[in-house]
Amino acid sequence: MVIGSFEPTMVLAILPEILLVVLAGLILAVDAIWKPETKRNLGWLTAGGLLVVMVVSFLVAIPQGQDRLIFGGMLRQDWLSFSFNILFMFAAAITALFALDMKGVGQKGEFFVLMLISTLGMSLMASAADIIMLYLAIETTSIPMYILAGFMTRDDKSTESGFKYLLFGAATSTIMLYGFSLIYGFTGQTNIYQIALSFYNLQFPKIAVIGSLLLILVGFGFKISAFPFHFWAPDVYEGAPTPIAGFLSTASKAAGFVVVLRVLVAIFTPSVAPDWINMLAIVSVLTMTVGNVLALVQKNIKRLLAYSSIAHAGYILIGVVAISQLGLTSVVFYLIAYLITNLAAFGIVVTFSQVVGSDEISAYSGLSRRKPWLALAMMVAFLSLAGMPPLAGFVAKIFVFAAAVKVGLIWLAFVGVLNSIVGLYYYLTVLKYVYLFRSDDEDKPLTISRSYAIALSVLVFGIILVGTLFGPWFNLSTKIASSLF
Amino acid sequence: MRFPILSVIVLTPIIAGMLILLIPSDRKNVVRYVALAAATIALLLSAWVYFSYDISISGYQFIEKYNWLPQLGISYYVGVDGMNAPLVLLTGVVMFTGVLISWGIDDRPREFFAFLFILASGVFGVFVAQDLFMLFFFYEIAVFPMYLLISIWGWIKTREYAAMKLTLYLFIGSLVSLVGGLAMYFGSGKNTFDMIQLSQANFSESFQIFWFPFVFFGFAVLGGIFPFHNWSPDGHVAAPTAVSMFHAGVLMKLGAFAALRVGIMLLPVGAQHWRWLILILALVNVVYGAFIAMVQTDFKYVIGFSSVSHMGLVMLGFATLNKDGLIGSGIQMFSHGVMTALFFAVVGMVYDRAHTREIGELGGFSKKMPWVAVAFIIGGLVSMGMPGLSGFVAEFPIFMGVWQVKPIIAIIASISIVITASYIIRIIGRVFFGPISEEFDHHVGDVTIKDKVALTILCVIMITVGVYPSIMSNLVSSGVDRILSLFGGA
Repeated sequence: MVIGSFEPTMVLAILPEILLVVLAGLILAVDAIWKPETKRNLGWLTAGGLLVVMVVSFLVAIPQGQDRLIFGGMLRQDWLSFSFNILFMFAAAITALFALDMKGVGQKGEFFVLMLISTLGMSLMASAADIIMLYLAIETTSIPMYILAGFMTRDDKSTESGFKYLLFGAATSTIMLYGFSLIYGFTGQTNIYQIALSFYNLQFPKIAVIGSLLLILVGFGFKISAFPFHFWAPDVYEGAPTPIAGFLSTASKAAGFVVVLRVLVAIFTPSVAPDWINMLAIVSVLTMTVGNVLALVQKNIKRLLAYSSIAHAGYILIGVVAISQLGLTSVVFYLIAYLITNLAAFGIVVTFSQVVGSDEISAYSGLSRRKPWLALAMMVAFLSLAGMPPLAGFVAKIFVFAAAVKVGLIWLAFVGVLNSIVGLYYYLTVLKYVYLFRSDDEDKPLTISRSYAIALSVLVFGIILVGTLFGPWFNLSTKIASSLF
Repeated sequence: MRFPILSVIVLTPIIAGMLILLIPSDRKNVVRYVALAAATIALLLSAWVYFSYDISISGYQFIEKYNWLPQLGISYYVGVDGMNAPLVLLTGVVMFTGVLISWGIDDRPREFFAFLFILASGVFGVFVAQDLFMLFFFYEIAVFPMYLLISIWGWIKTREYAAMKLTLYLFIGSLVSLVGGLAMYFGSGKNTFDMIQLSQANFSESFQIFWFPFVFFGFAVLGGIFPFHNWSPDGHVAAPTAVSMFHAGVLMKLGAFAALRVGIMLLPVGAQHWRWLILILALVNVVYGAFIAMVQTDFKYVIGFSSVSHMGLVMLGFATLNKDGLIGSGIQMFSHGVMTALFFAVVGMVYDRAHTREIGELGGFSKKMPWVAVAFIIGGLVSMGMPGLSGFVAEFPIFMGVWQVKPIIAIIASISIVITASYIIRIIGRVFFGPISEEFDHHVGDVTIKDKVALTILCVIMITVGVYPSIMSNLVSSGVDRILSLFGGA
């Protein structure tokens, strides 16, 4: 692969990103013009605009033939970047639908603008092929997120959430930047693939390679909320506006994993740094165990989902550790399944707390009598998280465990299995409130606005689709994974 | 193209379940009739499969195979042979009678039938699966609705505890087997989950000996094998009637069948290596289960532990690895399924009217519900292994098979027959005969016509198999020959 000079087709490759900026500008402009009572439509505009951008991406940015580096090696156009761009935009569109009825959040243009900028950052994270670009992309993703997490300025918890996220994010990203600078110091290169070449050819001392990898993993670990950089997640999710918590736990985490995959597979190949596999295996075990065990005692559904999303990061890391074609495919598949499922789970929480005003798990008592459809959607989402067929989570888990068994990490597969049983326990406990317990509010109506109904139906349908007709999704994941090598 | 009969059987319940969810929640009778219609279709089709299976050709029939994920060798692959055809019929029967008996459920019947039917689809899917991945897929589908069914509609005192215990036990078991299944998939090097091909993979001896316990015991948890049987009586007792019927009647067979299909048939050398352990554990099941059943004072717990005891016989038959034992197990799975469904139906009918299951408080119910009493007595005789009924046809070959392996085990196991007789006769005497208390005399009435139909179907099946055993034994025998051929001899 050579770093070519500029060609006009390169603009087409980043047209989706350009359109995202245009859309953000449009929303800012419209926000200034529209009357307050029509501001709710900003959410629809965002979602619709993202849909258009997705269609445009399919038309112009779909990777053809060979993967290539564009813009002087800053970006890489391949299936990984393309598919995840689409996924991030999908997640953003769904989040916009969830946010538009939220008081104090959904009626403000800046909310959607910040979200779009963050999505742009994620898109760039997925395609960045240069550590400078990568760092900029990560910051472009994170900074709007700091603001969004603290968006409800009158709410102490939200403010705390935003500030906590900022502190953790800033601290870890400086450490990561230090790791990047070490790599640059060793190799004199910033392009990931050039760095990989020099690492391969020049045989640096192991301590230098592992040292810089560790520093970088601090930043990545924060993004994917892996142990021991997971502490922020429950507090931030709990305080942040719920749609943003959902966005953080899905799109932002997926973007983190994409970067992990790209950097680990390209630079730190097993021949250069064989030790990280064992290291990451331990991180994976700790991440899922800590997530699952702490989720057991949660009373607040957002905190429960936060710990559950930590646990899922652990499962995904199993696939990363089992580094192989199947391992990476399983990671990508898991990310797709997890993104849809967790968006649905958070979506239900948004929908419910809009009407009921509580995020306590006990508030969900009697939901199945109150609103059978919402209860059913919740069951689908939670059982998919627990890994039950015929839902997406089941197949995803099987692929990850299969990847571990294939490379001989049977003990890791068993740890994953035991963890999913702990997981099943707390997901079922939530469903117990929904289906079994009664409450005094059972007869009070629970109205769901159209945006929630659409978003939830799409997600539930997606969960079942990925879980039953998993063939095409697996093929796509294979294609994405092979673009890493 | 041929009519895809097995797929229709597998998918009818789940599609009916989805349709039922679309019915407005206040139209409870519509829900019930749709459920009955779906159950009738499933019953008729499964009976059709059972009776049109051609024994002279043997092997897998009604095969359908579609690629699901060819890159990993996953396919949707179904077929029946002599071993699973009776189990498909059993599921159809239990589903049909279960719907009839659940007619009176008034709390969210829509959700009840929908979950029950998802469960039924899972069960059908496991029984007919010829693909290991598909087997796991449907196995899990069969497990999780159980949680909701028990915890929502179950017995209020223990339902939360029992439902969670059951789900966690079964989930642990299935996932442990899953890892074993994945090891087989990668170990075979054939890149296929097709179990017929995997059975020819010639796994090395050490591989089989290492993985067999994971796979076999993982599934056998659902078969109720000692010491992993603990979930089962609690689960049975807490579950609502139809779910107990499904649970003891069909789901436990699901575990036993999967242990046979995946454990013994794919890892035959491992099975031979570990058979002594299975023999001993199953023996404990048989004798210990019977003794515990004897000392229970709760009617439903008696039946719950008797299931543990009878499922032990199935496992015992498996462990013989000879023709008699396996034929016996095959028939016992069917016979016990029908019998225990009948028992739980009876328990449910008694409890619904008396609101107690304490054997000491009941009495004289034969006056109030003669049909139920007669049905229970027939079931009781089956359970004791009385000749002329299906229980004898099943248990006698098992004891013959065990005798060929180790006579002492057969002798010890046969104690259970005596104990079974003692607890069954005690129930018949205490619950159905003797004086009826004042309280029950007034408000206990007879059962509905639907209940009677369900009981009659179950009794007729047990008697038919009993007096005309070749209706089933020839079929099962053809399936057993195929299993034995994996052990290098017929």
